[in-house]
Amino acid sequence: MFRFVIKRLLVAIPTLWAVLTTVFVLIRVVPGDPTIIILGDQASEAAREALREKLGLAKPILSQYFDFLWQVLHGDLGRSLATNRPIVDDVLSVLPFTIELTLASLLVGAVIGIPLGVLAAERRDGFADWFARIFSLAGVSFPAFVSGILLLMVFSVELRWFPVISTANTADPIERLRALVLPAINLGLLMVAYVTRVTRSGMLKALGEDYVRTARSKGLGRRLVVWRHAFPNVLVPIVTVVGLYLGVLIGNAVLTEIVFNRPGIGKLIVTALNQRDYTLLQGLMVITAFAIVLANILTDLTYGLVDPRVKTS
Amino acid sequence: MTATPPPLVVEGLTTSIRLDGRLHHVVRDISFEIRAEETLALVGESGCGKSMTALSVTGLLPPIASVTSGRILVEGVDMVAASEKTREDLRGDRIGMIFQEPMTSLNPVLPIGFQVGEALMRHHGLSKKAARERARELLELVRVPAAAERLDAYPHQFSGGMRQRVMIALALACRPSVLIADEPTTALDVTIQAQVLALVADLQKREGLAVLLITHNLGVVASVADRVMVMYGGDVVESAPVKAFFDRPTHPYSQALLAAMPRIEGDGQLKPIPGQVPPLTEMPSGCRFQSRCPLRQEICDRLPEMTPVGGDPEHKVRCWARSE
Amino acid sequence: MSASSSARRNTVASRALRSPGLAFGFVVVVVMIVAALIAPWASPFDPDAQDVMLVLSPPDTTHLFGTDAFGRDVFSRILWGARISLTVGFLATAVGVVIGTVIGVVAGYYGGVIDRLVVAATDVLLSFPQLIMGLLLVAVLGASLTNLVIAIAVTAVPAFVRLARGSTLAMRERDFVDACRSLGYSDLRIMFLHVLPNILDELVVMASLWLAAAIRTESTLAFIGLSVPPPTATWGGIVREGFDNLLDGPWLAVFPSLAILAVMIGLNLIGDGLRDASDPRAPQ
Repeated sequence: MFRFVIKRLLVAIPTLWAVLTTVFVLIRVVPGDPTIIILGDQASEAAREALREKLGLAKPILSQYFDFLWQVLHGDLGRSLATNRPIVDDVLSVLPFTIELTLASLLVGAVIGIPLGVLAAERRDGFADWFARIFSLAGVSFPAFVSGILLLMVFSVELRWFPVISTANTADPIERLRALVLPAINLGLLMVAYVTRVTRSGMLKALGEDYVRTARSKGLGRRLVVWRHAFPNVLVPIVTVVGLYLGVLIGNAVLTEIVFNRPGIGKLIVTALNQRDYTLLQGLMVITAFAIVLANILTDLTYGLVDPRVKTS
Repeated sequence: MTATPPPLVVEGLTTSIRLDGRLHHVVRDISFEIRAEETLALVGESGCGKSMTALSVTGLLPPIASVTSGRILVEGVDMVAASEKTREDLRGDRIGMIFQEPMTSLNPVLPIGFQVGEALMRHHGLSKKAARERARELLELVRVPAAAERLDAYPHQFSGGMRQRVMIALALACRPSVLIADEPTTALDVTIQAQVLALVADLQKREGLAVLLITHNLGVVASVADRVMVMYGGDVVESAPVKAFFDRPTHPYSQALLAAMPRIEGDGQLKPIPGQVPPLTEMPSGCRFQSRCPLRQEICDRLPEMTPVGGDPEHKVRCWARSE
Repeated sequence: MSASSSARRNTVASRALRSPGLAFGFVVVVVMIVAALIAPWASPFDPDAQDVMLVLSPPDTTHLFGTDAFGRDVFSRILWGARISLTVGFLATAVGVVIGTVIGVVAGYYGGVIDRLVVAATDVLLSFPQLIMGLLLVAVLGASLTNLVIAIAVTAVPAFVRLARGSTLAMRERDFVDACRSLGYSDLRIMFLHVLPNILDELVVMASLWLAAAIRTESTLAFIGLSVPPPTATWGGIVREGFDNLLDGPWLAVFPSLAILAVMIGLNLIGDGLRDASDPRAPQ
């Protein structure tokens, strides 16, 4: 297991390097002088020159590139242009909120999506199946900001079950949980849709396999056949889907944080965009890309846990 | 002297599939019984209804198929009339089953020891630990080497022959009286086939099993069966003790099957059976073999009865041309 | 080969026609396209005309969907907004499909170093969340119709590279590519006259799903404030105005949301229907 992790991390190094290079190139090679983007086209040449110096843009491009790599290697993402605070500090202060939200939404996806998909496969074309289909169609169709606003309108504005203004940043655990419910459901909708779909089609396949017939030939009842013999074989596709759509999930987390006014990486990205905080943006790109690479590694590790055929030792 | 009833008795079994709203018989009115320690071989080409017979007996038919009439008595209990609960209680306890594909019949994500012992926990209320201990004994019984160390191994770590041994251990875990073996050796190498068959024969003696062996391999039939039933299109067309069958195959289909079988002493010429089993929706009425039969006559549009031939009451044939 | 593939396509078409979901989705999307096309004549008001006397007035018979914070007619703005969303969606998907497919087919066909480079590049691009990549590109390039199309197309390219490459690799395993080679056909001809038609089904299915994704990305960017600049009406932009006035004018958020939702559901139904029709084995 340990050696597998090390090996997988080593394989990820070239990807991470390529990611850093892409971010660097993207932010520097795209048309437009960053100093004009930051200061606007009315800025004086002197001001722009000063900014260039501060950003390290006056140096040759290659030495900028190596500086950037060197910094990242030391866990330094530079300082924010707008606040001059270390970007790593800014990110770390809101990261727990985003992680909390993402994990909660994965939980929502699993708790609703898995039973719904299993039920739909067992009673194919029955009521549960139709419900699952309509529900997952809605799940993939709702843009996160649309579903978020609708949830907010119904449950916060009309029914007043949850706060309109987010209280995520509080020490009171009950309040914090209350603030998490709607955003987690909103972000979870998409996961419910994907998990339902993949569980349903995976279970349809598994229930037709020879080993399920063997399980029935032992005289096992429906519940054991479904949950002990068929379902564990569907875990691999479920983990794959969750891993695959984590990028979409992070994108949707941005919107969910805006709509529910939650602190988090998403809000930070929007702030960086509005303030044209160019170094903060660069740092956030690095962070999200690293998160995805990390998620891919975790996905591979999970395969080893749910399928004995995958060697992780 | 009161004879104990045979462990498996099948009377007038008819199994049908519903296709586009119409019922098609895949097994038509077949009857047989298997005594303890006896092996009945069910032979025929694929699609002749032999696997459907086996699935009917165990109650594992696919959802589109169902037993439409007849009785299946396992140790005297009628599986057809019984509740699903009773069927589940009998399955794996009184009837064991081995399937054709050892590669896919074991669950890839569960350890071998658990899969072998699971039926004991289900039927005999054994604890996990006791079931594991019994699984080790069973694996030793089917001669899996280093059984104790392999309890926690997964199916992909076993060869095909070893997996079939595991399947046998799994099927016999609760010491059933009936074993249904559906093409148990078809997917295996020839040398492994012989080993697995010898193992089944050995266990059969030891446990007094009634074995229903489904196969299309007449060589296997010759080496292990006591009696043979030949099926075609869902009908039994010939039924005979194994010696009588190989000495005097009588139904044109049986003769064709034997002619298509490779022999060591023969002239090396195989005669494949001309034509194919017609699809269910296009089965002729009356004798279903008539579309491929060299002895076809007008009367074949009516289904003949099973009639004894050669003065042997145990040897029966369903054919107008062969009835004296 | 072409005879069998066209026969296959016929059965795909007939299966597709029998799917009620697909038909419904198709109707919804066509209605939206027509609405976008006739917006200049069908909209009852000038979408940008402000009326200070009628700020945030709820829906009534004159203003079907009410008015916004500047007294503009929401119904007219939604009709005009359809033009932006659909144009950006279709163009971005088209550009993404064409570029992605060409790269993918070439990489899959030639294999070797080109292939490995392309795979590595798509892996890297796929490491960035699609929306965040789009956000960054629009932010850096500047918000305009062309830049929106470019940014969204860029996010679509890697997915189509992967699909086209995978399918081309599978096609190469079949004998007929060798047969074409032995007939002396040029690589270009084999790739685009023989390989491409055979992977078209999969591309069409994925394109219809990506069209939904592209329109969603456009409306999302507009919601964040990164679409064509105001006062031009965009669906996402109107939702944003509604969100900012959630307590005073909820209709402002609801109606454009429904428009976006209708297009999303329509396109997803089409995509799912096409996929089921082109893969009869897939559990539906």
